[in-house]
Amino acid sequence: MQKLARCLGALLAVLAAVLLAAPAAAQGSGETVHGTLTYQDAPVEGVTITVSSADGEEVGTATTAADGTWEVPVPGPGDYAVVLDAATLPSTAPGVARDTIETTVNPQQRKVVLFRVGTPESGGGEQPAPSQTAPSEGGEGEAPGAGTESGGGAEAEAGDDVTATAGNNRFLQLLISGVRFGLILGLAGLGLSLVFGTTGLTNFAHGELILFGAVAALLLNQAGMPVLLAALLAAVLSGVFGWGQDRGFWRPLRKKPTGLIALMIISIGVSLILRYLTQFIIGGGRETYDQYTYQDPISIGPVFVTTRDLVIMGICLVLLAGVALALTRTRMGKAIRAVADNPALAAASGINVDRVITTVWTAGTALAGLSGVFFGMIQGVDYLMGMRVLLLVFAATVLGGLGTAWGAMVGALVVGVFIEVSSYVVPSELKTAGVLVVLILILLFRPQGILGRRERVG
Amino acid sequence: MDWGSIFELSLRELIGVQAIVFALAAIGINVQFGYTGLLNFGQAAFAAVGGYGIAVIVTTYDMSFWLGLVVGIAGAVVLALLLGIPTLRLRADYLAIVTIAASEIVRLVGRSAWGRDVFGGSDGITGFSNDFYDLNPFSEPLELGPFEFRERVLWVLAVGWTLVAICTLVVFLLMRSPWGRVLKGIREDEDAVRSLGKNVYAYKMQSLVIGGVMGALAGMVYSLFQGAMQPDVYATNFTFFAYAILILGGAATVFGPVLGAMIVWFSFQFIDLALRGAIGQGYIPDWLMDSNDTGAVRFMLTGVVLILLLVFRPQGILGDRREIALDAR
Repeated sequence: MQKLARCLGALLAVLAAVLLAAPAAAQGSGETVHGTLTYQDAPVEGVTITVSSADGEEVGTATTAADGTWEVPVPGPGDYAVVLDAATLPSTAPGVARDTIETTVNPQQRKVVLFRVGTPESGGGEQPAPSQTAPSEGGEGEAPGAGTESGGGAEAEAGDDVTATAGNNRFLQLLISGVRFGLILGLAGLGLSLVFGTTGLTNFAHGELILFGAVAALLLNQAGMPVLLAALLAAVLSGVFGWGQDRGFWRPLRKKPTGLIALMIISIGVSLILRYLTQFIIGGGRETYDQYTYQDPISIGPVFVTTRDLVIMGICLVLLAGVALALTRTRMGKAIRAVADNPALAAASGINVDRVITTVWTAGTALAGLSGVFFGMIQGVDYLMGMRVLLLVFAATVLGGLGTAWGAMVGALVVGVFIEVSSYVVPSELKTAGVLVVLILILLFRPQGILGRRERVG
Repeated sequence: MDWGSIFELSLRELIGVQAIVFALAAIGINVQFGYTGLLNFGQAAFAAVGGYGIAVIVTTYDMSFWLGLVVGIAGAVVLALLLGIPTLRLRADYLAIVTIAASEIVRLVGRSAWGRDVFGGSDGITGFSNDFYDLNPFSEPLELGPFEFRERVLWVLAVGWTLVAICTLVVFLLMRSPWGRVLKGIREDEDAVRSLGKNVYAYKMQSLVIGGVMGALAGMVYSLFQGAMQPDVYATNFTFFAYAILILGGAATVFGPVLGAMIVWFSFQFIDLALRGAIGQGYIPDWLMDSNDTGAVRFMLTGVVLILLLVFRPQGILGDRREIALDAR
């Protein structure tokens, strides 16, 4: 009890120290300007969007994520000008109908601003050739206001001149981004699944472990470190964070002992603290690393992939295979599986259960942190990213079978591919909802997941 | 800093609309979590369904306000059935994951451009509360000591607190009935109850439905007060706030949720105003935080309080430690 109090005290002291050291940049009252940038129903990634206030002062910038979404928090209600930097449009998109949109934000509103990527309607003068590599400038300012602020009208112009062939390969293209997403998700979900397997804790703060890695890399990067080094260091820091969290926080709670449901609600508290501490530190906007945010894709056969994505997928594959081998071949891996199977029996046969759990926490958090850096490279870093990914990680682990490492990997791939390919039929803003619906349906028919053992889980 | 006015404004929140909304949501969670041990992390979805029920029926389909009330409540019942059927036979954490997923589904569909014609997109729906305010019997503001309540607010407060009183009474009566004892039995030991021949699944489902309807009432009160139904109000934090309130006040107690809601909104307002005052006066330096950061501080405090309570006083203010054995089955 005393020890626990001391640990909590230490945690609070660390919190306070971070609070004192944190520069204040956050915008908390919730007004934002956001939207989704699509072209021919496919999201457009890596486009810079700048928001300025009525008196011309720049409020913030955002870069569209892999799913085309972008968001810029604004300091308060008022009039803003939203400008899309047409020079950052990828070469596949011909331009934008109107690159400046003026909008009024009401108190506490999250205002939708939609740019219409495609050939300008009114002038009709600019018809970029399909092979054009340099992005064209946006259209005439007087293009029809369709698609601005409306939330509807997001349909892009169906330009018949551009990417007619890419349209046929859209399925393959989506499949690739799905595999990429799934692999990163698998990396993110391993820790959750292993911690659940060994301790029974459904950790609602796992999303914030992903966020921790992304933010650590961001802060290091902003301090001048190259992204690759920052990513490596962020993974190490995440491991230390996981180790410290288990030793200083979760282990004393387990010893107390605290019930699993109480632990679950405590993890919600941890997630709230970490998430809003992040908002406090990096602000409410979406930040990006200064390298690898956008690359021109290279063409491999029928699809386009960026080198960055290839490298990310390679690293994920190697790490996932490494974890799989470690779990089956090494002493520690076998011990982890033994503890997941039956902690009491494992302890009786001489396995140091606490050490196993700490190892799982350390490795799981390091992997989650690294996946956070990858997500950050692709989508940008914002304080809500952990929360968004968490639900997908839950979906992946439940789908694969809660508590099994293989299940987490398979489930993540399925979720990743499903979420991207589903945008074939589902509006892309609803693809997360689609996955969650599928999660519920699967629980209805196969609660033990795809790979879980068929046993009574209730 | 004007402590007098800060205190006064905070005291107002003791009986304010926010306290009503979260008291209702927390009473619902109390039935599910406190008495039955069900982890419903999707109370926000029930509240959103309640709010959308009125807003969609009145504004989108131009039908009667009363029908909206019925649809909102029926919607909550249907949602509870949908979530309960696949998960109530499974371990507790499955319900938790499914309900939190459901609350995001409701929010994402509500704010999507795809459903804009019906749900109004991320701007939400307005213009459905006139029928409600037409019923307002108060024709002039009420002055109560230092407080002055306008007619509109007065009407919402009257209706809201009546609902809170009714729900509290319902919980009180239900939980001293044989039905309520079965619920508590399920919380303590599901298998024991099953061995007595009770249909545990049915009891859990009834508990989920009752708690969900109370959540829908919370959403209705809030959207009528705002005159707008905005999907992003019902993000997962809504649910987590309600849990913090319930656990602070005392889970499995009749008055716990109400007391918790009053205390939490009083302290939120107090902390918010005090921080803003201190920033305005320059007591807190600019580089540390500005007035926009107070929202984040509020959330962090919620997290800290949640952790401290569960570690040191899981029974909350009013609860009995022996009664609330928070444990997974």
